[in-house]
This record gives sequence, C-alpha cells and structure tokens, in this order.
Amino acid sequence: MTTLDPIQVFRTEAAELFEQIEGGLLDLLHDLSNQDQIDAVFRGLHTLKGSGAMFGFEALAAFTHHCETAFDRVRKGEVSASAELVACVLAAQDHMKALVDRPNGDNAEEGDRLLAELQAAVGGQGGSGTVVTPPLAANAPVAADTAATTWKLSFRLPSNAMANGTNPLGLLDELRELGTCEIRADLSKVPGLNQIEPADLYVSWQVTLTTYQPRSAIDDVFIFVMDEMELQIEQQSSTAPIAGVKAPDTPAAPAAEKAVMEPQARAEASTPAVAEAKNGKAAENVRVPAERLDELMDRVGELVIAQSRLSQLAGSSVDIQLRAVSEDVERLSGELRDTMMVLRMVPVTQLFSRFRRLVHDLARETGKMIELEFEGETTEVDKTVIERLADPLVHLVRNSIDHGLELPDERIAAGKDRSGRVLLSARQSGGEVIITIKDDGRGINRERVRAKAEASGLVQPGQQLMDQELLQLIFQPGFSTAAQVTNLSGRGVGMDVVKKTVEALRGVIDIRSEPGKGSEISLRIPLTLAIIDGLLVRVGSGNYVIPLSAVEECLELSLEEDLRSRGRSFISLRDSLVPYLRLRDLFRTGTAPDPYQKVVVISTGDERIGLVVDQIIGDHQTVIKSMSKLHHDVVTFSGATILGDGSVALILDVIHLINVGQQQEAQLRAAG
Amino acid sequence: MTIAASKHDFDRLWNGAEELAVLTFNLNGETFAIEAIVVQEILDLLPETSVPGSQAFVGSVINFRGKVIPLADIRLAFGMEATRPTIDSRIVVIELDLSGERTLIGIRTDRVYEVTTLLRAASEPPPSVGMRWRADYIDCLVKRDGEFIILPNLDAIFNSRGERAGSAAANSDGR
Repeated sequence: MTTLDPIQVFRTEAAELFEQIEGGLLDLLHDLSNQDQIDAVFRGLHTLKGSGAMFGFEALAAFTHHCETAFDRVRKGEVSASAELVACVLAAQDHMKALVDRPNGDNAEEGDRLLAELQAAVGGQGGSGTVVTPPLAANAPVAADTAATTWKLSFRLPSNAMANGTNPLGLLDELRELGTCEIRADLSKVPGLNQIEPADLYVSWQVTLTTYQPRSAIDDVFIFVMDEMELQIEQQSSTAPIAGVKAPDTPAAPAAEKAVMEPQARAEASTPAVAEAKNGKAAENVRVPAERLDELMDRVGELVIAQSRLSQLAGSSVDIQLRAVSEDVERLSGELRDTMMVLRMVPVTQLFSRFRRLVHDLARETGKMIELEFEGETTEVDKTVIERLADPLVHLVRNSIDHGLELPDERIAAGKDRSGRVLLSARQSGGEVIITIKDDGRGINRERVRAKAEASGLVQPGQQLMDQELLQLIFQPGFSTAAQVTNLSGRGVGMDVVKKTVEALRGVIDIRSEPGKGSEISLRIPLTLAIIDGLLVRVGSGNYVIPLSAVEECLELSLEEDLRSRGRSFISLRDSLVPYLRLRDLFRTGTAPDPYQKVVVISTGDERIGLVVDQIIGDHQTVIKSMSKLHHDVVTFSGATILGDGSVALILDVIHLINVGQQQEAQLRAAG
Repeated sequence: MTIAASKHDFDRLWNGAEELAVLTFNLNGETFAIEAIVVQEILDLLPETSVPGSQAFVGSVINFRGKVIPLADIRLAFGMEATRPTIDSRIVVIELDLSGERTLIGIRTDRVYEVTTLLRAASEPPPSVGMRWRADYIDCLVKRDGEFIILPNLDAIFNSRGERAGSAAANSDGR
C-alpha cells in the first residue's frame, strides 16, 4: 500500500485551516466584536503554527507565530478588531499559503512587510510594548521590560500519550526554550519490569522554570495535550523586573485557584484547546483520497450491472429460491449504490465559502460595495461536480461584480442601495442541482451584446434573435462587452470556458436579465456524474438510454398523425406545437418502423422536442461509461452504458438533440 | 515526407533491438502483426452495438469486462473490404495512447495465428511506390517463409483518424 506523504498530509490540513481562518476573518468583518470568530481565527492560526513547526515548515511557523501574537491581543481584548486588521491578516494568510507551497521560497521581505503592516494595525491602540517574541529562536533577546518569573510545574501525561503521538521530550524541549529549566522525572509510578507495557508512559515530571515569557507561553506548550493531562503550574517568585515596570500585557500573577488546571476546570475557560477537542468530537471525519472513492464507485457500478443480469436470469427462472436471492441482491446493491452516492456528496458550502474572499478582494479592487449572500448552502452535490464548477463560478461571480454591479454613487443615482447584492444560491430539483448567481446590478446591455456580436460576425446585421439566444451570445468564445479590459474580466476568455465546463457536466446555463434591475445566471447540473436514471428505448434494433431527468412525458404517435406529419414533423401537445425528431431516420436504422411508434418528449429549460422511438422498454438505472476518444466526434451520444444482458446501450445527449430539433424548427419556419 | 516519417516509425518500432515479439493474425488473406506488448486480450466475437454517426472503421462498441470500448476494423483503414465474420473470427484488444489517453481498442480479425518473433534483418520499411496501401499506415514489412507480414502503424491509424482515416472510411462507404 502507498504510505501517505506527511508533507502532503500537512498541506491538506493547512488548506482546511486556511479555509477556517479565512471564514472566521470574513465573518468577523460583519461583526467586529464577535468573540467566537476571533477565537476561531486564533485557533486556526495557532494550530497552523503548531503543525507547521511539527512538519518542518519553520518559516511558516515563525511567520504565523507573529500573526498569532498579534491576533492574541485582539482575543484578549487589548486591541479591538478592525477592517484594516482583517485585511492585514488576510494578506498575511496569503503569504502563509505561499510559505506552505514553497517552504524555501525567498520571500522573507514580503513577510516582513506584512508583519510591519500587521503591527501597525494592532499597534495603534491598546498598549505600550508589542509582544513579538519568536519562540523558535530561543536564544533571541527577550523583551526587556518583562520580569523573569519562576514557575513550578508538575505534569503527568496519560499513559497512552506516546501511543497517541505525543512526545514528552518535545514538551520538555519547548519548556527549555522558554527559559532556564530544572527538570526532575518522577519515576514513582513505574511498575516492575515484568509489568511494563513498552508503549505506555509511566513517568511524570516536575519542572522549575525561570522565564521572561508570560504564563500563556507555558500554557501554549501544553495546548495540544491539555485536555488529557494533569498539569499544575504555580508561580514561585518574580525576580526584580529588569527594566522598570511589568509590561501590561504580561498576565497578572495567577491566583492560586487558577493555578490548578484540572481538565474540568479548564473546560469552562473555553480555551482554544478545549474548543478544538469539542469540534473534533462533534464531527469525526475520515479523509480518503478521491481515487479510492472513484475505484469504489466503479466497483459499485459493476455490481449494479451484474445484479441486473442476475435479476434478468432470475426473472426467467421458476426457481423461487433464486428469485428470493436475486431480490435480496437487488435491494442490497440498490442501497449500496445510494450510500455510495451519498459518500461522494458534499455540501455546496465548500464551493461557496471560497467566494467570500474573492468578493472581499473584488470589493477593495473595484471600489464597489458588495454584499454577498448565500442560500441553500446545505444542498449536496457530487464532489467532482463541485471541483469542476469552482472555476466557472469564479468567472460568473467576477462578471457579475465587474460588469453587473455599479459603483455606489451610480447605484444611489439609480435609486438603489449603496451596496450591491450578489446572491449565490443552490437548490435541488429532481435529479438536478440549480446553482444561481444573481445580482441587482445594471443587467446585461442587449444592444451592446448585439453590436458586439455583429462586429465580430457572430450574428448577421438585422438577423432576428430570440432574447435567450441573444443573451447566450455572451458565452461565445472571444466575446466581451466590457468597454475596457480590467484586471478582473473583460478579456473575453472565460465565459466560453464556463459554458464548455457546464456542458461537459451535462448541465445547462440559463440567463435572465432585466435592464437596470440585475441579471440572474442559473447553472442546472445533474446531481451526479456516475449514475443516472434513464429511460430505455428501442430504435430499430438498437437500445438507447434517455436521461430520465430530461423526459417530460411519453405518448403514442398515432398512425394518422404519423402520416399527416410526414411533411412538418410537429405534434400538437396541449395546444402547443412540439417539433420532433425521428431517431430511426437520424440513426439510419434501415429497418421497418414499428406499427405503434412512441414519442418521448424531452426538455431542457423552456425548450422541448419529441423523439420518435419504436418501443419504450422502461426505466433503467444507468452507470455512465464514457466513450473513447475515437468516438468523440459523435455528438449525438454523451456516453454508453451496459445493460443487464451485457450488451451496450448508448446514452442520448439531450442538449445536442434539442439543438438539432431547434435548428430543424428554424429551417421549417424559414421554409414555411 | 512520407519516407522520412516511415523511416522514423521504423526505427521507433525496432528501437535498436534485433527481434520483436508480435501477435500475427489474418485480415482478408493478408498476414498482419501487432507488437505483442500492446495486446491485452484475444476475445471471441461479442455482441456489438453500432454507433450511429461514427466513422465506419470504428462503427461500433463492445462491452469488454464492464468497459465500453470501440471496436475497430482496420481493414477499412486499408481500403479492404469488410468480410462476414466466420467461426475463426476473433477480437484482439489492444491498449494505445491516443493523444495522451490510454485507450483500449478492439480490433476485428479474421483469424489469429500465434505470438512469434520477427527479425529485424528480414524487415524493410514500406516501399514508397508500388503498394496499394497508404505507406504511413505501415511501420514495416517483414519477410518470412516467402510471404510478407505487415506491421501496421496503429498510432498513425488511430491518431490521424480525424483527417485521414476519415477519407478511407468514406471510401469504403462509397463502395
């Protein structure tokens, strides 16, 4: 088996921490006094520092330490959080990311600059000395205005501490870095040799520590093990201050009752460590590489196929027992498939949360005031879909902000609120998830779209276009209506990529836009990529699958209608005309049509067409297999699937067929 | 250009070695050979599903162990006629690199002979004139027991499908 690269594990962990920190910071912007968020950010920074040092990211640990120190002052209420501070920490966080990616990168100057800014942001208020003391450089001169204090510590770790990865020697080393240590091991609990469990820890320690560091520095040493250990810290004496008065930010000599730190007592004090432990218990997660999930998914897919073969066999058999077993297997594999699907589902929060940062930055860059709102963040979507949607959504949100939203003054002139709203929402509807980006900006300027399209030859001057068609033009390659190219958008790359990506996910884009009121772009994406519900139909001698989410209804094509409609290929369906395609003609089956042909009406959005098939076989759980490169030129099919009898059925590409139908309709209109 | 390209393909195929292990098979009475290393499996004929709208020489797909793979008829790429399957017909499954993607492809054959070793000494690049087939679809010809064994250039056949094999397929359609 492959062993995980610890560095990679750290990077993954760091990415999560960054998300946590960033989320906390952005929440903080809305409510600068929110202590929970301040704590959350502090915890994130602290854990990052700790893990960073553990995995050898020294530069990261040192840098993060400074941020943490600065933020600690906010946490303690010495400095109040401000928008500048948040911006500083956000910038610092980007630097940390860079440090995680390139631990040896030469960007110390950038770090120093950020730290200086950070100092300026916290230094303005609330106290004399700033507490920036790198702990990793133990021999660095300590802050001169702090008094050396002697502490008496005794601590005992749980017996399984070493099995859990705690190295007591590491703790002792950290204590030594704080100041002069006198360490005594208490061996009284060590059992006889025949009873020793080699992995257990029997030793406890007593440490006399003389340090210039505040009490909190000692607590920090134990922060990761605090919940499980017994720790007593007592202040022995405070030697005369080296330089005058004690720094105000050194905690006052802890009272005796505070010194005993039993876990229960600590729990009330809502320290980072405790909160962390709580979080850990609330949601136990297993991190699994995505490839393994994919492998499992493949297996389940094959199982579903094998199972449908079994039930076909059982169905034609008279053996009751075989049928019973087959039904059991059918139920089990169905459940297994459902569980598997759920495993791959993640809430769209993951996708949405990264936009908060983007919007924050964009607001600063463009000088616009933006409120980002979310709706339906708990909607769950296949992980692959989320990953692939991230970039297209970034483009769409940027476009909304850059092209859509107006500057505050313009907005007021137009009678709107100063700050523009961007709403990201997700909801599930049948087998699809609909992700909407809605803004209340100026809307899409149709004349400008049209002029631009004519200028670039996409549309003939004077050509009639439906509104939706006109709006869809913005997804054409190289299309941009921005009068000037900004840093953000307007280079005309992106929107066509958005469309391609969404279509590759078998999704559709709808645009609505009202001049002056805003635009709304909806992406309708199938919930999952791997398995769909399909309607199995027969055309000629071949079986085909139509995605069930697109099917509206099935009806019979009566003989007279069949004959009558030879010329026009329209059926009337409840007072509206629906164009239809004869799949047997499209596929050139060369067989005689069935006497009773059926029409399957499919739709995406507002567009409907009918597909004439020979027979409707029934619904079918379909494991999608992609087609090889050799068949990429065949646009009629989006994939293939394996039926119960082992034969292959092709899956129809609904979007393409509808386009074909629309073209046919347009031709007929033009002709008649 | 064709000669230079063929020379290059020829060198790449032999890669300095004096011997090459191949699988030989029959297509319309001609003996072809494919490097044994790319061959995955030899199958009896399977039910095929034709893909409407695809090019004739990859006109259908088959279910190969739960995967849907294209079934190719390289006869059509060489402008030969497709013959009816016989009791000896087999599908040879090969794995190829199609513009960066490992792809399994089934190849229809009239009969599979054996895995054997061909000698470089007996081989020669395809002649640029006097041959019915497109020279760039052939890596080399190897003389053995008084007949020629054809080593098709599968990469060229499948990767160039878009522009060139398309015309071959169109030709066979017109027949």
